[in-house]
Amino acid sequence: MAKPASALAKGIDSVNTWVNERAAVGEFYKKHLSEYYAPKNFNLWYFFGSLSLLVLVNQLLTGIFLTMHYKPDAEHAFASVEFIMRDVEWGWLIRYMHSTGASLFFVVVYLHMFRALMYGSYQKPRELVWILGVTIYLVLMAESFMGYVLPWGQMSYWGAQVIISLFGAVPYVGEALVEWIRGDYFVADATLNRFFALHVVALPLVLVGLVVLHLAALHEVGSNNPDGVEIKANKDENGRPLDGIPFHPYYTVKDIFGAAFFLLIAAFIIFFWPEFGGYFLKPDNFVQANPLVTPDHIPPVWYFTPFYAILQAVPDKLMGVILMGAAVMILYLVPWLDRSPVRSIRYRSWMSKFALALFVVAFVRLGMLGLSQDSSTLELRLWTFIYFGFFILMPIWTSFEKTKPVPERVTS
Amino acid sequence: MTYRNLLCGLALLLGSGLVMAAGKYGNLDQSGSNVFDRASLQRGAALFANYCMGCHSVQFMRYQRLTEDLGLSEEEVLEFLTFGDQELSDYMKSAMRYEDGEAWFGKAPPDLSLTARSRSPDWIYTFLRSYYLTDGGWNNTVLENPAMPHVMWDLQGVQRAITETREVNGEMRTEIVSLEMDQGGMLSPAEYDAVVRDIVAFMEYVAEPAILVRERVGIWVMLFLALFTFLSYLLYQEFWKDVKK
Repeated sequence: MAKPASALAKGIDSVNTWVNERAAVGEFYKKHLSEYYAPKNFNLWYFFGSLSLLVLVNQLLTGIFLTMHYKPDAEHAFASVEFIMRDVEWGWLIRYMHSTGASLFFVVVYLHMFRALMYGSYQKPRELVWILGVTIYLVLMAESFMGYVLPWGQMSYWGAQVIISLFGAVPYVGEALVEWIRGDYFVADATLNRFFALHVVALPLVLVGLVVLHLAALHEVGSNNPDGVEIKANKDENGRPLDGIPFHPYYTVKDIFGAAFFLLIAAFIIFFWPEFGGYFLKPDNFVQANPLVTPDHIPPVWYFTPFYAILQAVPDKLMGVILMGAAVMILYLVPWLDRSPVRSIRYRSWMSKFALALFVVAFVRLGMLGLSQDSSTLELRLWTFIYFGFFILMPIWTSFEKTKPVPERVTS
Repeated sequence: MTYRNLLCGLALLLGSGLVMAAGKYGNLDQSGSNVFDRASLQRGAALFANYCMGCHSVQFMRYQRLTEDLGLSEEEVLEFLTFGDQELSDYMKSAMRYEDGEAWFGKAPPDLSLTARSRSPDWIYTFLRSYYLTDGGWNNTVLENPAMPHVMWDLQGVQRAITETREVNGEMRTEIVSLEMDQGGMLSPAEYDAVVRDIVAFMEYVAEPAILVRERVGIWVMLFLALFTFLSYLLYQEFWKDVKK
């Protein structure tokens, strides 16, 4: 190392050494940023991982500020949200950033998951990255459901009533279980209090922990790419992947650009269309919770509707709940359901392409059906069948389809 | 192929959303109200104080805010918009007690702070124009058997329902096909519509006072982010020159 030129540089250098002898910050920086080699052929779909992290940070920060004025009390919760919207300086902005962020979180997470399905990012050796990711998604669903209850509007209240009552389908202990979750004989102050505790303390901790593990697992095995080529197979004399580039600065600048564009869209919604046509903030939720008035229609928030549709497709409550749970849980099995020797959809046959496209259509269509209260049962069942068919038949078409040869190195 | 399907799917999802949001309350007339029109808000505030606040509160709104947002002086607000010994820092609470409201109307008049957001401006606009008199009293085509009588009948006049008996699915049904002015009011229909439009604008404002500042700030935020996106794109291009060669 060159001799420090000035006293200042010498000072910085010695602080650096002092810190690194006690905690390997420099090592950490190298391992995860400056010497983490990522494939150089990432496309648009690879923005959504870092965007998910951005939204998570947004939710944590705006959430902290919301808790400073929010009151987790059935008497005061609704009014405290309106207080934030009116009397707290910039409170409306913080609240809209949080409410819009919640929906956009699911947008980016769904696109992130679709990317993994498309490029086989869950295949060996990345099974654990996928499993941790699905777990994050599960926790995120619980987190957003409980957060939705906090404003204590009609939809908060009755949505909680419907979702919690699903646990009543469990044989023998169902009713006791429901009562235990609510902490009362109906959704009440006790429910609001515990959901607040879980939403602002317990689940965010779990979520952040899982994200750390998700990234640690990813950085251990390295990122996949649109070609599904293993970049570690081709290294230069210094042991650096030939098709890899250091995450920092290359992907940090690229992700800053992606984040800026994403924020542009988010800002448009926050400032000009915060209700997003009733999808991000429902009209009925501007009415305070009233246990005596049941709304005509209690649809879940848009990001839950595909699963709600699957629930509706089955006449038996217990079977419906089981099927709805299975619709999420089956994601865990994807790394073993896919028998294909290639990862990326680019080198698979029309069968994989058709199946994935059909799956996306089924998911979106189920989401639309789940919003309405008079969807045709036949159609609900058709798309539910296709949803599950995608997973159950995956071992078959992935074993039989004729794949194309995968190049040695990444393309473009 | 997968890309295009996904995009089509998303377009469908968004498209259906817009249609559903529009059709939720059936056939409502467009209010045409403008929450950014300060004169309309001022007229709406006065009308609201005269015709609505005898029974309805706006419990989340302070009088004080009206001075800043509507460009009114403190004296004007105190003189024209408050009742009795109310002060500027008070919330806009009606003088009617909850129990009295229940006793007199069978249902306490609801708070109107958020009605424009829970019902939509078009709903309020159509509702206030759709009262008609029957032998049993006031009724409304938007909200059947409302607890509230037509408080602005002297302005609008008295409408009567024109019904038609038709066969629907083998059943004879009497349906209202239109409302007809039976006895004119102080205002012409066009003038009455304008009055309702002002009230709707004011109710939109009290439902979300932040709307006035939100869109104004939003433009600057969007411009800043557009510039930031552009600069970060240039930075990205510059850094990636040596990767892309």
